[in-house]
Amino acid sequence: MRFLPSLAIGAAVLPAAAGAAELNVTIEIPTLTVAEYHRPYVALWVERADQSAAANLAVWYATRLRDNEGEKWLKDMRQWWRRTGRELRMPIDGVTGPTRAPGRHVLRFDANSGPLANLPAGQYNLVVEAAREVGGRELLRVPFQWPPTAPHTAAAQGSTELGAFSVSAQP
Amino acid sequence: MTRLALRRLLLATALALPLGSALTGQALAHRTWMLPSATVLSGEDPWVTVDAAISNDLFYFEFFPMPLDGLTITAPDGSQVAAQNQSRSRFRSSFDFQLTQPGTYRAAVTGDGLSANWREGGQPRRWRGTREAFAREVPQNAENLRVTLGVRRVEFFVTRGAPNDRALQPSNEGLEMVPVTHPNDLVAGEPARFRLLLDGRPASNVTVEIVPGGNRYRDAVNDQKVTTGADGLFEVRWGGPGMHWIGASVRDDRSGIQGVQRNASYVATLEVLP
Repeated sequence: MRFLPSLAIGAAVLPAAAGAAELNVTIEIPTLTVAEYHRPYVALWVERADQSAAANLAVWYATRLRDNEGEKWLKDMRQWWRRTGRELRMPIDGVTGPTRAPGRHVLRFDANSGPLANLPAGQYNLVVEAAREVGGRELLRVPFQWPPTAPHTAAAQGSTELGAFSVSAQP
Repeated sequence: MTRLALRRLLLATALALPLGSALTGQALAHRTWMLPSATVLSGEDPWVTVDAAISNDLFYFEFFPMPLDGLTITAPDGSQVAAQNQSRSRFRSSFDFQLTQPGTYRAAVTGDGLSANWREGGQPRRWRGTREAFAREVPQNAENLRVTLGVRRVEFFVTRGAPNDRALQPSNEGLEMVPVTHPNDLVAGEPARFRLLLDGRPASNVTVEIVPGGNRYRDAVNDQKVTTGADGLFEVRWGGPGMHWIGASVRDDRSGIQGVQRNASYVATLEVLP
């Protein structure tokens, strides 16, 4: 196993924690009654207090188009694009994936691997942004502390391009 | 004079001018601009289409196509890119270019031209043209001869992926804007800072006009005027998202031609995102 300095910090803060800290995230993509529906592009990332991006957790876009044409609309998730997307080379292993259908999508991230493994301890926002072709854009954020010292849940409700959004942090 | 009659007169005057001079149409209160189809782009090798026009309202082509002589497109690595599909229609010029590199592109139309006024046989005479034609066509000892060299830059910036600064380096000729805030990183809630340079030196105490586009659908122009500080710096607090026209000009005697004034003008189109 790789040596993970942030884990050492986490362990120092949380000597009692036995398992790895984790975040369970629920993103609801609403069912829309529209004549022309395309699944939204969705980005999920960790934001610092100054709104800079600390980690990318998920980016769902049209990954299967010829000549990577789906990348053309990544900039429509304009907050994500400005904060982090424009600096990235797509695709990103373990982060990017195809667009998803309406419904509730549950994602789990933990301190052992993936984008949270190197996240320094601190207070963050979890941000989700959705942008839909011939549709609108919506952004939601919920706060969380990393690593969590106690079980914590935060939720936000979208009104147009997103439905329920919640994060449940477990130490 | 009725407003309609005034418009007709202005139109007739402008149409009578040689094409190159239309760019100095500031005196007629028209604005010169280029409008890109997008300024922030993602994906592999995206294209940008540009409209270029001279008009009163922003950004509507309603008066005259902007001549594209002196157009240069600088790529993120500093190399030059050729404009494609150039065309000129009744109210606008157009061209395309492809963003084959990641980073920031600058598209600029630069150039200069002379204009002269004098009296001959009791009648006012006006002339516009090149430096070469000036000596040939304008009587140097004319009565009340006033000559101005117009030096202009009209430009915009577009970025594919992450912005960079290579194409933003000043030429140190005429009036230029050097961004402090990157011109493709403008957001409505955040003030932006830029520096005006005249021949590469900070241009202080210059009035910069900022006009948001879309005035056809509102009553007020909503323009702002700010003045550059001693270091040439100025700050813009955007009224909201959208395309913005910013312009400034400086009049001095540094035309390099004896007895000829210089009017150095700068125009940029900047997109502010929500």
